[in-house]
Amino acid sequence: MNWQSVRAIYHHEMSRFFRTIWQSVASPVLSTVLYFVVFGAAIGGRIQAVEGIPYGAFIVPGLMMLTVLQQSVSNASFGIYFPKFSGTIYEYLVAPTGWIEVALGFVGAAATKAVLIALIILVTSFWFVGVHIAHPVWMLAFLVLTAVGFSLLGFIIGLWAKNFEQLQIIPLMVITPLVFLGGAFYSASMLPEPWNVIARFNPVLHLISGFRWSFFDIADVPVGLSLSAVAAMIAVLLVAIRWIFLTGWRLRE
Amino acid sequence: MPPIIRIDHLSKQYGSGTRALDDVSLEIQPGEILALLGPNGAGKTTLISIICGLVVPTGGTVRVGGHDIRTDWRAARKLIGLVPQEIALEPFEKVLDTVRFTRGLYGEPPDDAWLEQVLRSLALWDKRDARTRELSGGMKRRVLIAKALSHRPKVLFLDEPTAGVDVHLRREMWQVVRGLRASGVTIILTTHYLEEAEDMADRIGVIDKGRLLLVRPKAELMGEFGRKRLVVELDAPLAALPEGLPEEVAAGLTLEAGGHRLVFDYDARAERTGIGRLLAELNARGIGLRDVATTQSSLEDVFMSLLEQGAEGAQLGGDAA
Repeated sequence: MNWQSVRAIYHHEMSRFFRTIWQSVASPVLSTVLYFVVFGAAIGGRIQAVEGIPYGAFIVPGLMMLTVLQQSVSNASFGIYFPKFSGTIYEYLVAPTGWIEVALGFVGAAATKAVLIALIILVTSFWFVGVHIAHPVWMLAFLVLTAVGFSLLGFIIGLWAKNFEQLQIIPLMVITPLVFLGGAFYSASMLPEPWNVIARFNPVLHLISGFRWSFFDIADVPVGLSLSAVAAMIAVLLVAIRWIFLTGWRLRE
Repeated sequence: MPPIIRIDHLSKQYGSGTRALDDVSLEIQPGEILALLGPNGAGKTTLISIICGLVVPTGGTVRVGGHDIRTDWRAARKLIGLVPQEIALEPFEKVLDTVRFTRGLYGEPPDDAWLEQVLRSLALWDKRDARTRELSGGMKRRVLIAKALSHRPKVLFLDEPTAGVDVHLRREMWQVVRGLRASGVTIILTTHYLEEAEDMADRIGVIDKGRLLLVRPKAELMGEFGRKRLVVELDAPLAALPEGLPEEVAAGLTLEAGGHRLVFDYDARAERTGIGRLLAELNARGIGLRDVATTQSSLEDVFMSLLEQGAEGAQLGGDAA
């Protein structure tokens, strides 16, 4: 393992984040504030408490998860796609750096950015609603694992994409619908039959459920199952990335 | 001394069926400058890309510093620096930052003193805090060289280093390359500019259609394939070539410049060049001479001649080594 190169890639990616810190942070925070204003205050005031929790507070984990998923995927996919676009990808391919170092550097940076933004949103939410975190350590663990899992997915999307359109299509057409249908703004138990059963096949439901459990001690699916889903996702994506680098798919001729 | 690079029977065939490299074998000695010449699509960049790890070969082996590029790739790649043909830099990054990044990517600990030395040698130190998008084309190329040197490689590949740069900058780059060689770096460069190879290389390899036609020391190549030319300016113009000249003279003689100039092509390595005979014949016919000069055929002439001959000159068994 070449830790020096992991550090170089991580630092390089984080520098890009800090170069555009206001754009990186302001945009997700602004949209989340709008969610709080619209769903938490305007509409939430007319919605009964969900499973005993005020609606404004109930959506905080979902909003954080929505942001983490979007940021993880977009940061990681753009991070590896940009060198492909600018031609600097050759540097990663000719250096004595293996797939695991490259993945750790890019995914580590993407996940860090996503977690930082999620924590900023959490702090922002305190201004709008009263949120109590029942299991802070588990909350952080879910946050980090989810950020890593979806950064790995974004990394693969960036490796696969041949243009900016392809870079956007998976987050827009797959990730966002899965989050909205994964219980970001409601409990799966609120869905009628058979949708509440179908919803359980949505992997994002497990993430949001586990994350919401860490806040309110309530979950749509068992917490162990949520953790297993994230761990399985990380394992499968790591195998896929290893395969891409070893075969050179979309990287080497 | 063992070669720094040893290539054995290297081949590359793309999925489309195109054979980019065909059984290439070559040894490169430490500290030399080898120029690879060839037309577009000859296989020069493919050869470099395989050695550097950008392209996967379909056959053969490459060892760099004794390390196989496939089984011992980390050790092999640590020895290599690559300056690609296309200028590829992150536009918003500062010069020093991008060079630092490359050094880190190669697993080397920070060493700003070395990076300062590299940037100063490339006249980039004053631009260390400039963003790469603000630099001229020539400076960007030098940044690419600085990045390639950041981890102190033993071998530097320069793929068309002066493509698209003006004459002044090209000569500046040559100075840089000479300086690198003086510091002990082995340099392999591909180029379209024959003048570049002629000026800098110790050895020249000619590659065409994926085959390495030959590799020879530059002087030997010029001597072997280069012909010399005797140019005789006449006092008075001739209407036609003098008649009755011996065959050894008549074969290489032409009349140019409206009859004012006789041009005689000869083989400088031949036992009898025919020069003495020609001058004697002209004297015997009372043809007055105003000036006499000789010229050596350029590498461009040699190169074109080799390509025309195709594989005729390929005797790679011992030549490539």
